[in-house]
Amino acid sequence: MASNRQRRLLALSGAVALALTVAACGGSSGGTSEGKLDTPECAAFADYTGIAGETVTIYSPIRDAEAGLLEQAWAKFADCTGVKIEYEGSGEFEAQLKVRVAGGDAPDLAFIPQPGLLEFFAKGGKLKAAGEKTKAMATQNFAPDWLKYATIDGTLYGAPLGANVKSFVWYSPSLFKEKGWKIPQTWDEMITLSNTMAAAGIKPWCAGIGSQDATGWPATDWIEDVLLREQGPDVYDQWVAHTIPFNDQRIVSATDRVGSILKNEKYVNGGIGGVKSIATTTFQDGGLPVVQKKCGMHRQASFYANQWPQGTKVAEDGDAFAFYLPAIDPAKGKPVLGGGEFVAAFTDGDAVQAVQTYLASADFANSRAKLNNWISANKGLDVANVANPIDKVAVGILQDTGAVFRFDGSDLMPAAVGANSFWKGMTDWINGKDTKATLDFIEASWPK
Amino acid sequence: MSFDFTAEGPKLMMLVYGIVAFAAVVGLLLLVLDVLPSHKDRWVALGLLAPAGLLLLVGLIVPAVRTLILAFMDADSDEFVGLDNFIWMFTDKNSGMLPDFGADPVQYGVLLSTFLWVLLVPTVSTSVGLVYAVLVDRARFESFAKSLIFMPMAISFVGAGIIWKFVYEYRQEGAPQIGLLNQIVVAFGGTPQQWLLDGPWNTLFLIAVMVWIQAGFAMVVLSAAIKAIPADIVEAARLDGVTPWQMFWQVTIPSIRPALVVVMVTISIGTLKIFDIVRTMTGGQFGTSVVANEMYTYSFRADENGKGAALAVLLFVLVIPIVIYQVRVVRRRRLEGAR
Repeated sequence: MASNRQRRLLALSGAVALALTVAACGGSSGGTSEGKLDTPECAAFADYTGIAGETVTIYSPIRDAEAGLLEQAWAKFADCTGVKIEYEGSGEFEAQLKVRVAGGDAPDLAFIPQPGLLEFFAKGGKLKAAGEKTKAMATQNFAPDWLKYATIDGTLYGAPLGANVKSFVWYSPSLFKEKGWKIPQTWDEMITLSNTMAAAGIKPWCAGIGSQDATGWPATDWIEDVLLREQGPDVYDQWVAHTIPFNDQRIVSATDRVGSILKNEKYVNGGIGGVKSIATTTFQDGGLPVVQKKCGMHRQASFYANQWPQGTKVAEDGDAFAFYLPAIDPAKGKPVLGGGEFVAAFTDGDAVQAVQTYLASADFANSRAKLNNWISANKGLDVANVANPIDKVAVGILQDTGAVFRFDGSDLMPAAVGANSFWKGMTDWINGKDTKATLDFIEASWPK
Repeated sequence: MSFDFTAEGPKLMMLVYGIVAFAAVVGLLLLVLDVLPSHKDRWVALGLLAPAGLLLLVGLIVPAVRTLILAFMDADSDEFVGLDNFIWMFTDKNSGMLPDFGADPVQYGVLLSTFLWVLLVPTVSTSVGLVYAVLVDRARFESFAKSLIFMPMAISFVGAGIIWKFVYEYRQEGAPQIGLLNQIVVAFGGTPQQWLLDGPWNTLFLIAVMVWIQAGFAMVVLSAAIKAIPADIVEAARLDGVTPWQMFWQVTIPSIRPALVVVMVTISIGTLKIFDIVRTMTGGQFGTSVVANEMYTYSFRADENGKGAALAVLLFVLVIPIVIYQVRVVRRRRLEGAR
């Protein structure tokens, strides 16, 4: 029967294909390229031996141009040691990392920007503790203030990578010069300046809290910065740890102070619209009216330097620059709100630990900083390698021993609050919900 | 950015492996069945169904059962909590599921929003598609007109969401508008609006996007059904002297009823699961969230496995009646056909 023969032929070819597949799978080792650690230009990496030909995968929320710069920064390390670093950035990092880990497809390393998420994986037994070399490198280069955020139950799980300083207010130096405005040194001076601006017909503040599914986070930063200034770092720590309720009177007071700016039609939303336009404006667009001189001030982190239109001169005498968000009560010190990523490992091969160690080194920090628009709390980072004036200021703040550093609170809280109800609550708050109802809603969502 | 085939080598090889492995499995299966005594129809059927059955088990049944179990457990999936997650869903006003008209701003609630979607998308899409199909039927420019309305079908929901987000974009009065809708409003002397901010209208603006996509699907299916109406029925009706109105309601509609049901049901199920458009355009903020979006948020962002799974179960329960209805319609038609 013809059809029968055809069927047999097909089956046979299928079986042959199966055999080929098996052969192909088995033959994928071989051909490892040896590193060139013994050459003079690789002297800096002499410690990282024996990892040539290995592959380390990295999963991270950093994408596009920034990701390219990271890869460029470790290119020499990879070239010298022969290790292959496969980098993948994702816009849905937080959700996808959980899916990947739960599905047994965890990356070797992840750049985790939320200590809360890191704690989640560490407590779930998914993370590998930092190796001896990584630990030594991390303690040498980072302050305990930073390492405590990657230390869970006494175990260090990784070192910080990049950092950002959030306590900045962006302004237009040329507009300030034109109008004869001075940079405010205290909170009261800042409010006086706001009124002066409003009287001059320029809305003093602009903001945007839109950020796709993370809409709301820029407003949470506002609350954190003000709480840190109004009540000091101890109350801040208690609030983050939920030893005082989210709707405590002190939090209400800080939120209302933020509201006196963000929900004040006389103050916002310069160059964009009314108060509610804050909710629909993306955080990327939120500060742009500053360079168009339609808005006086924009409170946003140092990384906002990347958002200015091409050709904007970011400098003290340029089109845009930032000053430190002044203290409310000088007696409470000089609080700094910031954030950063931590390099955590899901596997513990030699190559993975070597890469983790290298990323904590001063060598990497300087290599990356030289490529612009990046800073780190790494003590080995040489300010001379930081080209951007705003980054120089930020590094100065990070390395200032008098400053009180606190990590972005929403990244420390349980995800149900820090990555959901806090964002949602602040969005509703901007959209007209009153402070008490908003904070009650967030308090109710705190996991019992 | 250009697509670099050499850089994608490993992924392409994976694809080749996949295809080869598929061919191998099918080939092996056929070989085995060939060797077996060929008169055993039952064995052949079992052998051929096994791969599909296995995939269904792994990809559908196991996850469904697991989700059902998780829905009755706590946030970390450690302990059973009984009906707590469902009680939370329907009684706790902080769950955001139920309307709260006393709140300021008014909270319409996820369930009401989802209901609006399921009510409006199938009816409006089908009506628009049907009217369009009837109007262009046998017109000179029919295929061109049909491809125009069918084109949005080729766009993914996320893509459509991004496109329409631009259409609804807002800039303050006096500034150049970059959103098409506000530009039109301004051109007619109005003031620009923040379309996606205020409920319940913002949900309607999102629904418009889904209708824009689904009307093309409804139109194509219904147009084919209209063309399949036997010419003798139409001719007989004409001889009886019907008006176009009577023709539409008493000849066209009854003749294409099965197609109408299929279109409505398909769009309804798709709408219940709507997620991409909401997530892309508002992220579920401003009271526009729907069940599927909440499910994703609770499961994957808020670490609340129990609540997320409970929402998934709710979605499943909501889909069931529609599926049962469709199965019954199909079964009745088969019976009628057999008679």
